[in-house]
Amino acid sequence: MIAAQLLPKAEFVHWWFATGFVILALLLASEAIVGEEVWGRRPWRRYLWPAFMFGMGVLMFPVMTFFTSSTIHMVAHGSWAQVMMLAGAAELGLARGKLRSPWWHASTSFALLVAGAAVLVHEQNSWLFERAAFLHHLIGWTAIGCSVFPLLKAVRPRWPAATFGMAATFVAFAVILYCDRDIAPIFGHLSYFAGVPKR
Amino acid sequence: MSADIAHTFRSTTHPYEHAESEARSDARRRARVVLALGPTTALAGVVWALVQPWRLTLLHPLGQGFWWLLAEPPLYVVLVGVLFRLLLVPGIVADLFAAAEERE
Repeated sequence: MIAAQLLPKAEFVHWWFATGFVILALLLASEAIVGEEVWGRRPWRRYLWPAFMFGMGVLMFPVMTFFTSSTIHMVAHGSWAQVMMLAGAAELGLARGKLRSPWWHASTSFALLVAGAAVLVHEQNSWLFERAAFLHHLIGWTAIGCSVFPLLKAVRPRWPAATFGMAATFVAFAVILYCDRDIAPIFGHLSYFAGVPKR
Repeated sequence: MSADIAHTFRSTTHPYEHAESEARSDARRRARVVLALGPTTALAGVVWALVQPWRLTLLHPLGQGFWWLLAEPPLYVVLVGVLFRLLLVPGIVADLFAAAEERE
C-alpha cells in the first residue's frame, strides 16, 4: 500500500517515455539530414539511438511490473518491452557490423506491428470512452501504419525518407503519450463508466 | 590574350570552383537544418508551456507532491532541445563540413 503511494502516476511514466521518443526522433531526424556516412564518422554516434531504444525496452519491464493491473495489461507492456529490446538490439548489431543484411531493419517494423497490435488488443473500450482509450486506439493504429518506414529502410537502407518517417513516427508517439491523463474527456466525451475526471 | 584562349581558361577553371562551392553549400544547408532542430524543439516546449501553463506545476507549487513537481512535460521538451543543441549538434556540424572538405 505504501509502495503504491510512493510510485509515480501512470501518466507521468507515459510522459517520461514520450520524452524518450522525442530524443529518438531528434537523433533519427539528424541522421536523415546529414546522411549515414557523416552520422557514422564518430562510432559512438551510430550506437546512440539503437542503444536508447534498447534502454527504453529495458525500462519498460519495471513499468510492466509496477503499473499493470490486469493480465492483458501486463502482457501488452511485456510485449512492448521485448519488441523494443529486439528492435534496439537488431539496430545495434547493424551499427556494429555483426549483422550485415539490411533486412534486420525489418525487426523494427515487426516491433511496431506487435506493439500496435498489443495496444489495440489490450484496450477494451471504444474510441470515445475517455481520453486514454482514444489515445490507445490512435497510437495502436499509428504504430501499425508507420511500420512501413523501417520496412522501407530494409529495402532501401540509404533512403533518408525512411529514416525521416521513423522520426515522424516517434514524434507522433511522443505527442500522443504527452496527451495522456489519468481520467479525462476526449473531444467533450467521457463515459459515465470511466469515473470522475481528474486534473 | 585572344578571346578564344580566355574562354578556354574559364571553361577549365569554372566547373571546379562550382563543384567546390556546391559541396560546401550543401553542407551549409544541411548544417542549418540540424542547427535548427534543437531550438525548434525547445521553442515547441515554450509554446506548449504558454498554451497550457497548468501543465507546469512549478508555476503553482503549493500543495503539489514530489512527482507532480518532477513531472513538467513542457520543460522536458525544452531541456531535450537545449541538450541536443549543446551536446550533439556541434560534433555533427563539424563532421558535416569535414566530409564536405574531403569531397572537394
